[in-house]
Amino acid sequence: MAERDGPPEAAGGQRFVPRTRVMEPDDLRRATWRMAHEILERNRGAQGLVLVGLQKGGVWVAEQLVGVVREVSGADVPCGTLDVAFYRDDIGLRPVLTEEATDIPVDLTGRTVVLVDDVLYTGRTVRAALNALADHGRARAVQLAVVVDRGHRELPIRPDFVGKNLPTRSDELVEVSPTGVVIGDLAEPG
Amino acid sequence: MTGTNLLSVADLGPDGIAEVLRLADRFVEVSSRPIPKVPALRGKTVASVFFEDSTRTRLSFETAARRLSADVLTFSAGSSSLNKGESLRDTVGTLEAMGVDALVVRHRSSGVPWQVARWARRAAVVNGGDGWHEHPTQALLDCYTVGVERRARGLRPGLSGLRVGIVGDVRHSRVARSDVLAFGALGAEVTLVAPPTLLPPSLDGWGVAVSHDLDSLLGELDVVYLLRLQRERMTEALLPSLREYTAEYGLTRRRAARLAPDTLVMHPGPVNRGVEVDSDVVDASVITHQVANGVAVRMAVLFWLLGAGSAAGAPPGPHEAADPAAVALPGGGSDDARALA
Repeated sequence: MAERDGPPEAAGGQRFVPRTRVMEPDDLRRATWRMAHEILERNRGAQGLVLVGLQKGGVWVAEQLVGVVREVSGADVPCGTLDVAFYRDDIGLRPVLTEEATDIPVDLTGRTVVLVDDVLYTGRTVRAALNALADHGRARAVQLAVVVDRGHRELPIRPDFVGKNLPTRSDELVEVSPTGVVIGDLAEPG
Repeated sequence: MTGTNLLSVADLGPDGIAEVLRLADRFVEVSSRPIPKVPALRGKTVASVFFEDSTRTRLSFETAARRLSADVLTFSAGSSSLNKGESLRDTVGTLEAMGVDALVVRHRSSGVPWQVARWARRAAVVNGGDGWHEHPTQALLDCYTVGVERRARGLRPGLSGLRVGIVGDVRHSRVARSDVLAFGALGAEVTLVAPPTLLPPSLDGWGVAVSHDLDSLLGELDVVYLLRLQRERMTEALLPSLREYTAEYGLTRRRAARLAPDTLVMHPGPVNRGVEVDSDVVDASVITHQVANGVAVRMAVLFWLLGAGSAAGAPPGPHEAADPAAVALPGGGSDDARALA
């Protein structure tokens, strides 16, 4: 079972306890709106762009960004999904989520790919995603858009587009969904 | 759910079969990429240990392992130290000492993979076909092929309620035994169609129907699964002649014309063209799709055995024990703390 989607019953019986709501749906909408504009500004339009949402939390964010880009520029930017389970450096330590799929609708060679995820933390998922992307063609450039950058990087990776910089402790959890962004803790059951 | 060995289809059960088939879907996508390779099993070693001739199963497993970035050792009995008198047990010990993570075993005697699994200390054992007994990965790829081909024809992809005819030399066929288990586990109704001499002595507990009349079934079958006439395993006169077999049980052009348009014609290979099936019926069948799907299904099996972790099954890594955030990130943060390990 996914530790990021399913019911907040985690391995070891610990569960997510929400503490502080840091973004409301409206804040989230404004942040996505701004990020879409920044993506267009940086790339001087939508020509040659592909947005790729990381399974699983990045997929809906990528779809929202593509929607705003369409509204603003009239361009239909291809939107893909990428599952990095086979590329992680911790294979064997976590369950594989068989319902998540990779779907890259176009050859990436010569295009600018914007990787989209909900939370940027250690950077290891992005590292795996970069390796996975390379198997789909040689992109002209790869950029990174995240809703929340919570710090604690373990690799030299930085985002290009950020919804919100959110300082956290590493024992906290950040939950991003269309209904907002919440910081919480893991609690023992009972 | 993860396994330690895949010896029989019965080890998996309906849920395990479904899980492997779902994984196979992912590996079909991987196989369709310009670079059909993922680093999932980098650093693992898979040995194919074949004591009996094989083309597709061995190549299929080795291709699958390479597409997962595993290293591959090929052992064939003919050119090994078995000729110098080394025992099977010592051979297994030697391979394990070289750090092999999985042994794909084929042997002409039934039960050898079980024996190897008892000897193996850490390597996972996959049954690549043992005697007349089982060939589980063939059954898995057959189930996968039925699902995919039916979906492609706009039909319900599930196997439950499908009428499957397994035709031919059931007696000597490990494919038939594994297919009966797998198709049965997924809810298909299986009929064995064969002359009495080519049926096993007892069918108690098989849960199948038996017929000696292929013609009367043709119009009702969703899947016609033809078995190879295993002439090399026939030690007694079980058939009057090949021509008589073809006349009664071969899927001739004339018989194929009477099948329903969506009926799938399958065969585990290698095909005796003109014996169990006419040559142009072969070309209209899904037999080559079975082979292509075999690679993805075997990738799924190897990944399921060697690569897939399990929150319930695997002991937590040191970071996970030390760091509460490493246990789970519900709902958020796919760049999650498990990556710490």
